[in-house]
Formats: sequence, C-alpha cells, structure tokens
Amino acid sequence: MRYVDEYRAEAEAQKFVQAIKGTVTREWNLMEVCGGQTHTLIKSGIDRMLPELVTLVHGPGCPVCVTPLELIDRAIAIARRPEIIFTSFGDMLRVPGSKTDLLSAKSEGADVRMVYSPLDSVKLAEQNPDRQVVFFAVGFETTAPPNAMAVHAAQQQGVDNFSILTSHVLVPPAMETLLSSPDNQVQGFLAAGHVCAIMGYWEYEPIAEKYQVPIVVTGFEPLDLLQGIFMTLKALEEGRWGVENQYARLVVREGNQPAQKLMGQVFETCDRKWRGIGEIPMSGYRLKDEFEHFDAEKRFDVGAIEAQEAPECIAGEILVGMKKPHECTAFGTKCKPEHPLGAPMVSAEGACAAYFQYGRGE
Amino acid sequence: MCLGVPGKVIETQEDPLGMTMGRVSFGGIVKEVCLAYTPDVEVGDFVVVHVGFAISKIDEEEAHKVFEYLQEIGELQELDVPQPGDTEQEADG
Repeated sequence: MRYVDEYRAEAEAQKFVQAIKGTVTREWNLMEVCGGQTHTLIKSGIDRMLPELVTLVHGPGCPVCVTPLELIDRAIAIARRPEIIFTSFGDMLRVPGSKTDLLSAKSEGADVRMVYSPLDSVKLAEQNPDRQVVFFAVGFETTAPPNAMAVHAAQQQGVDNFSILTSHVLVPPAMETLLSSPDNQVQGFLAAGHVCAIMGYWEYEPIAEKYQVPIVVTGFEPLDLLQGIFMTLKALEEGRWGVENQYARLVVREGNQPAQKLMGQVFETCDRKWRGIGEIPMSGYRLKDEFEHFDAEKRFDVGAIEAQEAPECIAGEILVGMKKPHECTAFGTKCKPEHPLGAPMVSAEGACAAYFQYGRGE
Repeated sequence: MCLGVPGKVIETQEDPLGMTMGRVSFGGIVKEVCLAYTPDVEVGDFVVVHVGFAISKIDEEEAHKVFEYLQEIGELQELDVPQPGDTEQEADG
C-alpha cells in the first residue's frame, strides 16, 4: 500500500479495489505483458489488494530478459575490441552472458558507456571519428522508433563509424504464442501502454477475436493498473472479448504514425529467438538490406559464439507465466540481484527482481 | 526500458538535416530530446519522453502528476545519464 498512499490516491485506489471485489465471482488469470507494469503491481502491493480469485500472471515484456544469450555474449566480444566504444542503456550492462556481463567487461578495460538516447551514440560517433561506436539496440516496439531514427540519422549525416547490434522484439506474436499453447492459463491481458502509444491497438483486435480474450491497453501508474484490471475482469465476467483502451490519454487506435513510418523504412519483421522462450515466427525487427552496413553483427566478426545458460535458471518458465519467481530453487539463494543467474533477476522490468526487491519470496 | 517520463518543451530547433530536436525540462533537469515523432509540439507543451524521444503530448496537470509519481518511486535514474552535449556546455560556460 505504501506507494499508493504516497501517490495520494488511496481513496480512488480503494474505489477500484471495491469495484473489483464486487465484480469477481470466479477464478481468473490475467497477464500484464509489460515488466514495467509487473514492477508497479508488486511495488505498490496491488497484487495483495486483489481478491484471491484473481491471479496476475507476469508476462514476457522485459526486453532485457528476452534478448538472446548469444547476443549478449556477442555484445561483450565486440565491446572488448580496442577500436570500439560500446554504448547501451543502463539496464543491459548487468545482464549475465554465458560467463560475464558488459559491466565486468568495462571494469576489465572495455570502453562501455551508458547513453540516455540512441541519438547520443550517433553524436559520440561523430565526436570520435577514429573509433567505431556500437549501440546495443534491443527492446520492444516502444524503443524501435528511437533506434530506427539513430540509424536514419547516421545515414543522413554520413556517420559511417556508427552501427547497431540489434534484437528487436514484438508483443503481438508473443501473445499469440502464449494463447495458442495447450498449457495456456491466461484469460485476459493488460497490453503495454507505451508499446501501444507507438503501434496503436488495431493489431490486437484480431487476436482478441480469434482467441476470444479481452485485451485492455493499460498505463503504468497504480491507478491505471487497477482500472485496467477492473476493465479486464468486468469483460470476463460479462463474457465479452475485444480491445479496450484504459490509457486513452496517450494511446489512439492508429498509434504514432510518424514513428511507424520511420520504423517501416529502417526495419523489417523477421523470425526472432527470445531468451528462455525460443524462436517465435515474425516476432522481431531486423535492419532492412539497404541499412545492412549499420549492422554491427556483420561489421565485426567475433567468431562463433557458444552460449551456455545457467542450468538452474528457469527464466523461460517465468517469462511465459508458467512459474512464479519464488518457485525457482535458486531464487534468493544462488540467484540474487548482485549475482544473478538469469536476466529477470537484474532487470528493472524482470519479475524475479520485483519479487526479490519487494519481499514476495516467501 | 519502456519508461515514459513527462517533461516540458522549453526550446525547439531544427538540426542541419531538418530533424526537429528540442530541449525538455524534467523538473529542472534539461535533456536534448528528439521531437520528430510529435510534429505538432510547440514550446510550452508537455510531452512523454522515452529514451530521448517524445512519443506523445500529455496535458500539463497529468504531466505533473505522473512526474511526481515517478519521482516518488525512484524511477528517474535515466535522467542522470549524461549526454554528449553536456560536457561541451560546461566547457563553454
């Protein structure tokens, strides 16, 4: 409750909690797709305010967690080359590769730098013409337009010493993979608000129809989440499916058109491997052929990568909601934020980190 | 990584290749932000910014509410990451 109190919105939160309690008559499993939402739910204690009949299943929307292990190993190998300035958002730096992470590579002498924006990497490249600047371009649809713009700007400005190491992933194909699994337990979804601010929500409508599930586009503050949960449960109780928009203050059905246009110029969809989950058809973006020379994977040959996951880590089952973090035997013992076995324990969007930080381990 | 932080546009300018950039204040911390994806934004407007890109306009009252919330829960560390222009400015000043 603490953070909801601090949000000075306790009365309103309670109103939604009461409405939820008055609505629910049977067991329901909802998935919040986005790891940022998972953290808010756990941090604000919303998971503990809901009726016992409602289970929140934490989804795969943690970009850091689903970035393939081979790519992290490759990032580290590239970062270690003397001509490279390797740039990344802060949350990738501590994600464990097979043997080490980017932050450790930095402490061993690699030039690894945190950047605020991918355009800052392009600027760094301009300022360091005798070096090669690589940006680690991972993320969901929210981050794809900034990364597309960095590549576009580098091309326009002729910044040839800039490239990206990329592994973009997309939400709708992952939702379809979950829904079509024979083990699927999820009956309704909270869709990630900022992904939809870019993409809109039209692409969720056929999914809602095909699998007969309610999908509610939801924001990130505790009240947004409570309202999104209420809307999803109400639809379920009334036997309705379809897409609703809780986050209308930021999201329109068509999404952000200029952003989609530039993404379409720079990226194309491709099959993509998700760490812990496996390959999902047409679930990622790669650079189009005409931007191939900005692909760091092609520019820097670091040889064959043989990635090795920590055998005890059950991140894959956690990312698809089959298990909760505390059901892992390594949780809180062998695996902690300071020495993680898997990515969900270090990421600000990882479910394991949320459970560890906010005492859901018992 | 999908965090969106609201801020106030205090300056806009076109870069040499025609891309609209701007300076956005997040409770006093000023960042250089790309405004290309919010073409109708003007100085004084509030925007939600993701990794240095405005992705949407937001009304002022809502912007303050969300910013205070993010501040309270300690989700604004990304604003501490320096930008390549920052040191130049300090050198100039």
